[in-house]
Amino acid sequence: MIPNGASLMIGGFMGAGSPERVIDELVRQRKRDLVVIANDTATPAKGIGKLVAAGLVGKAIASHIGLNPDTQKKMISGDMIVDLVPQGTLIERIRAGGCGLGGILTPTGVGTVVEEGKRKIEVDGKSYLLETALHADFALVHAFLADYLGNLSYALTARNFNPVIAMAGDTVIVTADHIVPMGVIAPDHVVTPAAIVDYLIANR
Amino acid sequence: MDAPTIIAKRIARELRSGMLVNLGIGIPTLVANHVPAGVSVFFQSENGLIGTGPVPEEGMSDPLLTDAGGGPVTALPGACTFDSAMSFALIRGGHLTMTVLGALQVDALGRLANWMIPGKMVPGMGGAMDLVTGAKCVIVAMQHTAKGKPKIVKRCTLPLTSIRPVDLVVTEMAVVGFPNGRATLLEIAPGVTVAQVIEATEAPLDKADRIREMEL
Repeated sequence: MIPNGASLMIGGFMGAGSPERVIDELVRQRKRDLVVIANDTATPAKGIGKLVAAGLVGKAIASHIGLNPDTQKKMISGDMIVDLVPQGTLIERIRAGGCGLGGILTPTGVGTVVEEGKRKIEVDGKSYLLETALHADFALVHAFLADYLGNLSYALTARNFNPVIAMAGDTVIVTADHIVPMGVIAPDHVVTPAAIVDYLIANR
Repeated sequence: MDAPTIIAKRIARELRSGMLVNLGIGIPTLVANHVPAGVSVFFQSENGLIGTGPVPEEGMSDPLLTDAGGGPVTALPGACTFDSAMSFALIRGGHLTMTVLGALQVDALGRLANWMIPGKMVPGMGGAMDLVTGAKCVIVAMQHTAKGKPKIVKRCTLPLTSIRPVDLVVTEMAVVGFPNGRATLLEIAPGVTVAQVIEATEAPLDKADRIREMEL
């Protein structure tokens, strides 16, 4: 379903809360030239790190690659394009993409190399950078609980980017630790509504 | 007492009950080990947790509960978790009382460089730019020099993290603040002289009216 060259938003923070089963399958099928939008590229053997290690990522948009020497090496050699974005800006650009906004105004990055090529906008005497919205062909989400309909809830710090990217991908593919009958997740505890989830996969 | 302990203990004295505090990786993390008795603060991990507890004992870690470096961590009773948009809304939105970070360089104006060395080390800024731009109080925890070279410099030669000046730099030798936008020596560590601090600092240092000894 995911073609070569697809753009993918992938949940997870240093590998915690990443959709490992979908990542493993992308590696098995050797899907190439992927554009990955994620917080980080984890470590070489974990989460998104596996895609980088297999040489399948053409471009990454991320906030931190410091714990993955593979990514740093591939960036310096030119095998992979890495666009580094402040973490708070990255998540808000994704949120904007999923919320129908054109972008956001943030003070983060003003006066640093991050502002290069961006519009600076003054509001009430304060400078902000215009950071544009991000979308992707696919959002690869990992949840803790999913009911049969696709309502999702998340666990602890495995939540991170997941509920935000679920809004910003054209097709939303979810792996869940536990798939449960409808009603097990109380309506008040549903974080991502089933209506936006396209595919649900048991994690093991 | 080794340098990291001196730095962490001195910074811990800045903590007050009810503060929401984010600690960076390295020396800043040690601050949590020296919270003064009777003081109760909320520690935030930017990956989505308030109420961060100590590192779990061997065999007690939960892969769903990690710190901002991806390592195992615990959550204290009363902890709460949230997504990354909420986490950075707390950071940027003026809700974070204090952030403690490491530094590669701090300049005479208090500006910080801590996220890359061009051509050598490009880990990415992670949450650092948002933390320095958004926190109400920014404290730098770092050794005074690196390989004998001063880290408090006239002007940062490395890319800046933010144009927002930090509030305090705490090293194993001294506490430096930036009242009136100029690097000012406020405190010296026990057994260290003012002359030694000036010698180990590239930026010109104003001297506070009364330079106190660091209380640890």
